[in-house]
Amino acid sequence: MTTFTAVENISRRDVLKLFGAAGGGLALGATGLAWSPMALAQDNQAMMNLFIAIGEDNKVYLTCHRSEMGQGIRTGIPQILADELEADWDNVVVIQGLADKRYGSQNTDGSRSIRKHYTRMRQMGAVARTMLEQTAAAKWQVPVSEVYAKSSKVFHKSSNKSLTFGELALDAGKQTVPAIESVRLKSDSDFTHIGQSKTIVDMQDMLNGKAIYGYDIKLDGMVYASISRPPVLGSDVASLDDTEARKVVGVIDVIQLPVPKGAPLFQALGGVAVIATNTWSAMQGRKALKLTWTASVNDRHDTDKYMAELVAKVKTPGKVMRQLGDSVQKWPKESTLNAVYTVPYLTHAMMEPPVATANVTAQGCELWSSTQTPQSTQQTVAAALGLQEDNVKVNVTLLGGGFGRKSKPDFSVEAAMLSQRLNKPVKVSWTREDEIQHGYYHAISAQFYQAKFDGNNKVDALLARTGFPSISSTFAEGVEMPSAGELDLGFTDVPLALPQIRLEAVKAVARTRIGWMRSVCNIQHAFGIGSFVDELAVKAQKPCIQMWREMLGAPRKETFADQGFSYGNYGEELADHPVDVARYHHLLDVMEASLAKQPKVAKNQGWGFAIHRSFVSYVAVATLVEVVDNKLQVLKSIAAIDAGLVVNPDRVKSQTEGAIIFGLTLAMMGEISFKDGKVTQSNFHDYPLLRLPQCPDIEVILVESNAKPAGVGEPGVPPVAPSLTNAIFAATGVRYRDLPLNKVLSV
Amino acid sequence: MTISTQTLLVNGKNFTINADPNMPVLWALRDIIGLSGTKFGCGSGLCGACTIHVDGAPMRGCLTSLKQVVGKQVTTIEGVEAAQLRAKWAEYNVPQCGYCQAGQIMSAAALLATTPTPTDGQIDEAMAGNICRCGTYPRIKAAIKAAATENAEA
Repeated sequence: MTTFTAVENISRRDVLKLFGAAGGGLALGATGLAWSPMALAQDNQAMMNLFIAIGEDNKVYLTCHRSEMGQGIRTGIPQILADELEADWDNVVVIQGLADKRYGSQNTDGSRSIRKHYTRMRQMGAVARTMLEQTAAAKWQVPVSEVYAKSSKVFHKSSNKSLTFGELALDAGKQTVPAIESVRLKSDSDFTHIGQSKTIVDMQDMLNGKAIYGYDIKLDGMVYASISRPPVLGSDVASLDDTEARKVVGVIDVIQLPVPKGAPLFQALGGVAVIATNTWSAMQGRKALKLTWTASVNDRHDTDKYMAELVAKVKTPGKVMRQLGDSVQKWPKESTLNAVYTVPYLTHAMMEPPVATANVTAQGCELWSSTQTPQSTQQTVAAALGLQEDNVKVNVTLLGGGFGRKSKPDFSVEAAMLSQRLNKPVKVSWTREDEIQHGYYHAISAQFYQAKFDGNNKVDALLARTGFPSISSTFAEGVEMPSAGELDLGFTDVPLALPQIRLEAVKAVARTRIGWMRSVCNIQHAFGIGSFVDELAVKAQKPCIQMWREMLGAPRKETFADQGFSYGNYGEELADHPVDVARYHHLLDVMEASLAKQPKVAKNQGWGFAIHRSFVSYVAVATLVEVVDNKLQVLKSIAAIDAGLVVNPDRVKSQTEGAIIFGLTLAMMGEISFKDGKVTQSNFHDYPLLRLPQCPDIEVILVESNAKPAGVGEPGVPPVAPSLTNAIFAATGVRYRDLPLNKVLSV
Repeated sequence: MTISTQTLLVNGKNFTINADPNMPVLWALRDIIGLSGTKFGCGSGLCGACTIHVDGAPMRGCLTSLKQVVGKQVTTIEGVEAAQLRAKWAEYNVPQCGYCQAGQIMSAAALLATTPTPTDGQIDEAMAGNICRCGTYPRIKAAIKAAATENAEA
């Protein structure tokens, strides 16, 4: 009853027409697999393409190949498919895609599910609709131009006779797949599902406790593992006494895992696994282990010292990453302003810690993983087990949050290695302490900013430096500099129109696993520039919004030409997603108008503002705070987001609300510190997250835009921290440049 | 620690299980009985994801042992009567990832059972122990307030 059933492939006796990344062709063994058992009931159905199957009973099975972690993608992708397909939403059943290269990238991070797949999903829907229309036209012996699809039926225009998708499906599935270029896409004004705030498809399951997350997987004969991992990166087990652990009721076995060599990559960290008949016994057994660890090169990592070194480094010249105009030779004291901003290590702290279940048999490995990245899970597990990738099947569960942590498949590798050793299904459940102490951390960082005013109270030169251990250090040894891709995230790509700009990066050696967390380096870079523009505004005695207007300059599409800088633009062409200064200006106007309507602030209160472009979206945030007796209360946040065309407006709003809270959390209380190479924090008492009584009123303004769909999950985060510290300055006259604020304020 | 036969009353049904009486109810529900709606979040009573009702009162399943609920009625998200709250949760599109929502609903249901028309302060107090990393707090609050308004009019 409680066993999680492995679902077989959708009926193989249908003709399976596929055109995935390869385009065109006929293949068997399509894997539109669901952990949704509803797919099991279906047999007589036609696979129209990789993403769409239609049953004789009129059900429309739409595959979501991206991971659901709260952003609503299991609703958004099907909305796009269903729209061009002209499917009735009530007939839609969502199938979760397995790891499968034919889908293209499934790595659900970088705020790219919609922006990278919008057109292709429309094409998939349109191709299937065309096949249904052609089938109906053939049955009626009328030209295809005389038929049209609507609400899961195909109609003949003049006679108004109709056939349901279900009646057409099996014949339609035998049609030749039309060329993508030949199919008609709808005009935006004809959309029926895109642009609608559909309720998320998993709503009822979530409210009834029936939604299946990684932690909820239960297989026949499964055992449970809890792993004690090396507390310092690079150390290994020196001695192990498992006598007491083996006496714990329910404990079955104790297994030592190897510590990997070289760069961390996505490898399992090693350590000692306690295997038991249930999660609690495994955890209890683990507590009874007597373990000592070997020394590591990272034993002396101490964040206080490391940060002091980083701050010193950003005050001295680094490597130039972008330069406009000649270097400024003189910085006259009276017209120059400089400041250093710091952000500590942060960790993801998604509510569901990492968890995976593996079943390794002679046939291969099957995984059920709470993963953002099924294909790298497949690749990494195959490599660790010595299997072919095709022999690793990855089922994607719902994710109890991800924020980038679950893009790293180390926990799935652990489950697979243990299952291979034990010859039975194994679930590896991370505790909260595991999650906090064995993360892929958002990098500790320092930013130096310096600017000079001309004789007309205008900024005419900017020098900035950033320093942080690079994500690249997780993938290669010897990395000492941030990558260009990381600097693209809100540092080098801010389109300021100043006569002189010089942007530099400095060296920093990694002492732990560095990863990406919701909005990545935009966090520290937006905090730097967002704070500094406000400081300049204060010095110039201008409103912050006005200072941004002046520094951004005239509306234009910034290309950064001739500045020694080639912009990655989040993997998008500048032609599709320009750095459009006009869109910044529009948000400045929108926020200015919104703030004009707000009541006058009371004593000890103040508004702060910041704006940032990331993941090719634009977000402005205004924050109202009150500070009394050193106690900070955030009263209101207003966010205006221009994410181009949006598929599900309510989910864009909810993501932006969540981003505000994520940003407030990191600014107010987020800090991971290291002492003797070990993480100091362990659970929510010392790595706190914002709670309901600390949450402000939040208003999200969704700016109408006909630009191409842009990122949504992350762009709301970066401007939050600077808007908050700017607000505190407005309320108190005190400038905070080092996060988190709970070191100096009661929150 | 020894295994013994435990009788557990969950959602009106009796379950007889072999388990250590010190085992937290959370793990008995999830790993033995097979009710996985109650979630693990921290194991230390800090996040509220594992909130259950014991004789109607909200308790943290990760800190409540089997021996502490002997002879008592345990209610989980799978069995709680909370049609009004579920309707409001759906109306306000509260969940994002959804993982903490069972605990949120259990805390809210316990609040409304004793205080059908809570003030903002009472909502803050009752919900302060439930963390949502996705940041659904504004909608949680709105949903509870909508239920309270409905209760005031009834």
